[in-house]
Amino acid sequence: MSTETLTERPSRSTLFDGLTRYIPIGATVVLLLVMYLGGIANFRNFDSPQVVAGLFIDYAPLLVIAIGMTFVILSGGIDLSVGSVMAFSTMACAWLTVDSGVSAPLAMVLVLAFGTLWGLLIGAVIHYFSVQPFIATLVGLFLFRGLTLQISDTDVSMREVDFWQWGMTHVEFGGKVRDGGFWLPYLSFVAFAVVIVAFVVLHYTRFGRGVYAVGGSEQSALLMGLPVARTKIGVYAISGFCASLAGVLAAFATKSANPLANVGAELDAIAAVVIGGTLLTGGAGFVLGTVAGVMVWGLLNTLIAFHGGLSSWWARIVMGVLLLAFILLQRFLARSGEKRRT
Amino acid sequence: MSDDPIVQMTGIRKDFTGVRALDGVDFTLRPGEIHAIMGENGAGKSTLIKVLTGVHTPDAGDILLDGKSVRFHSPGAAQSAGISTVYQEVNLTDNLSVAENLFAGREPRLGPFINFRAMRRKAKALLDDIGIDLNVAAPLSSYSIAMQQLVAIARAVDIESKVLILDEPTSSLDRDEVAVLLGVMRRLAEQGTAMVFISHFLEQVYDISDRMTVLRNGKLVGEWSTADLPENELIGHMLGREAVVLEQIERTAAAHQVEDETPLVSATGLGRKGSIAPYDLDVRRGEVVGLAGLLGSGRTETIRLIAGADRADSGSLAFDGAKVGGHNPRTASARGIAYCPENRKTEGLVGDLTVAENMILAMQASRGWARTIPVARRDKLVAEFIEKLDIRPANPDMPVKNLSGGNQQKVLLARWMLIEPKLLILDEPTRGIDVGAKADIQKLVAELSADGMAVLFVSAELDEVTRLSDRIAVLRDRELIAVLESEADMTTEKIVDTIVAKGGER
Repeated sequence: MSTETLTERPSRSTLFDGLTRYIPIGATVVLLLVMYLGGIANFRNFDSPQVVAGLFIDYAPLLVIAIGMTFVILSGGIDLSVGSVMAFSTMACAWLTVDSGVSAPLAMVLVLAFGTLWGLLIGAVIHYFSVQPFIATLVGLFLFRGLTLQISDTDVSMREVDFWQWGMTHVEFGGKVRDGGFWLPYLSFVAFAVVIVAFVVLHYTRFGRGVYAVGGSEQSALLMGLPVARTKIGVYAISGFCASLAGVLAAFATKSANPLANVGAELDAIAAVVIGGTLLTGGAGFVLGTVAGVMVWGLLNTLIAFHGGLSSWWARIVMGVLLLAFILLQRFLARSGEKRRT
Repeated sequence: MSDDPIVQMTGIRKDFTGVRALDGVDFTLRPGEIHAIMGENGAGKSTLIKVLTGVHTPDAGDILLDGKSVRFHSPGAAQSAGISTVYQEVNLTDNLSVAENLFAGREPRLGPFINFRAMRRKAKALLDDIGIDLNVAAPLSSYSIAMQQLVAIARAVDIESKVLILDEPTSSLDRDEVAVLLGVMRRLAEQGTAMVFISHFLEQVYDISDRMTVLRNGKLVGEWSTADLPENELIGHMLGREAVVLEQIERTAAAHQVEDETPLVSATGLGRKGSIAPYDLDVRRGEVVGLAGLLGSGRTETIRLIAGADRADSGSLAFDGAKVGGHNPRTASARGIAYCPENRKTEGLVGDLTVAENMILAMQASRGWARTIPVARRDKLVAEFIEKLDIRPANPDMPVKNLSGGNQQKVLLARWMLIEPKLLILDEPTRGIDVGAKADIQKLVAELSADGMAVLFVSAELDEVTRLSDRIAVLRDRELIAVLESEADMTTEKIVDTIVAKGGER
């Protein structure tokens, strides 16, 4: 046994490192605060707690698909099908319950199972046939939009089915809104539950750490003997589940199915994930960052709604600029890390 | 060491699209021994390891582990059977912490959740045991590559492995780190772990190994006890000393008596820091100069400077007696230097283009893209070279990736011959190809030089260097140590002796 001991201090400079790791998410949180305080300073009633609560009502479906997307992006992949799968799921809920007379809870379970299975299938295609995730999931984007329009090319109302009232049943906190309280519907709690479960799974289970490992280096993960196939297929199944759940939440929220709903939602989700500090190349990021990313998007839209004079397209313009800033920030941090290490 | 073998591989064969990487290789590993697998690049060492660890599945042959026949389909399967591997590149995920890397896939848990506290404690203990002291909660990327490699070894050691494979684990380590690693290996051997050690540092191999298996060109050369195999014999076995059944290449001596002429290329004190020490080397018209030396001795680095692929930071290069400045691949090509790099797949051929398209690439480039070569002329030239080089199948429209390695190499040679260079530089032109193609290529080199072309080539096979070269530049440890005139009595032994003698001086 050698008696000498080698000691090395960690260099504090990489993108995965203690402090540096939190810079992107720190920037997001600062941005959120600035936007929120700016809103309070400029608009009356912006300080109502309902403004924040409202984000988790209107953007609950986006939050859920963004959480699914976080798994996929952390593993180094991408899922472009979520917007279409979500629209298809809402439409399938309407079709099963209104036209086919299937009981609503059963319809909901069927839709969720279908979304998960689709994710499993596409994950298997990506892994076993080495198809690029971009192309494989583009299949879903086209396929499910087409299927949705095939079921109905006009809005289908679900108002007469009582079950769909459940989601908007709400709980009040601190009294009425005018008394400084706020309310949240049940569907927001579903979204919160998804966040909590995702957080625990990603950060505290073998599967979750496996997602980071695969995103860090798939080749290494394989050689370390990690279950790469299970992990890669798993993240697409999770994303598929989240997309169909978001569709169900949308059914609750709107009680109608619009065949052209959620066009581009996959891109909003990707933007939220990136602004939340997750590396597009995989391997680094946080679930709570994604929550912050979705809140940025929601708050931006809220600010524009409060202003009243701006076109809602301004939200996209600002989002584009923010996205660019965050991508450059990531590159900058990654590069300064590389430089200091060599 | 008289115990029953823990691993016994017999008759292992593995083919990669037309190239036989392993051909009937046997390998035996006994408990508690450190067994080195020796051989040059492309000898099949890594392939053999990958067959054992489940990265590749063999096309023929048996693997017995503890007397039971096994066949692994993934590294995970091999790992759970007790075979762990440390690769040359650090195969860990540097975005995760040191502790997570040590325990990935087998983290201590509380119920379904990872117990990070216990994991960090165990990681600390494991590293202490090996003799390294790190902050295990820090991400792996915050440590040097050498330290990452030691973490990879610690991981492999901890997976209660019966067999530990170390594939060039020391190539990125400094002296102290190597000492720690070798110490860990000795201790594991005492505990009965069998280890496979691959390294091109002969010193380390002699220091640590009990036994050696030597491979060459995918075939087994033999197995020796380290104590019974002196260094010069080992080098001889690795590079190939016995006559290979190749047709005798007739040299036309007359073409090579061109002493008084200005050399075509003349390097004076040419060198590049960290890659090759400054050297002098002349190449004359119609002359074949071979570069010999072990892997990592600086063979490729030497010719890359002349080819303009790397920038020299000392010395000068004269072409036709005139000094050249700003040497790069483009100007080199304009001066009539053609360079065939070692890795034909990534640096030379475009797999999806056809044989004909690949052949005319360089010629087309030299004409400029606007002036396409007339189809009739192209077809004629291509047909001529397919016949001359005996490229099989003789189909100019076949995508080049479907050809065997030897035929791919011929296509690459044809490409450079089409532009009729003054100096042809070949890096390992016959590596990984079968004997027939090898003979064709060697014959071609001889013919080209007889026609007045200068050829500079690198080969790991001393036989080939001896047979083809007019002069042989011998390298060791990134230094050109001698230029030998090739006479009738030139033998591979003389080259080996030159390499070993120089090593003995230190």
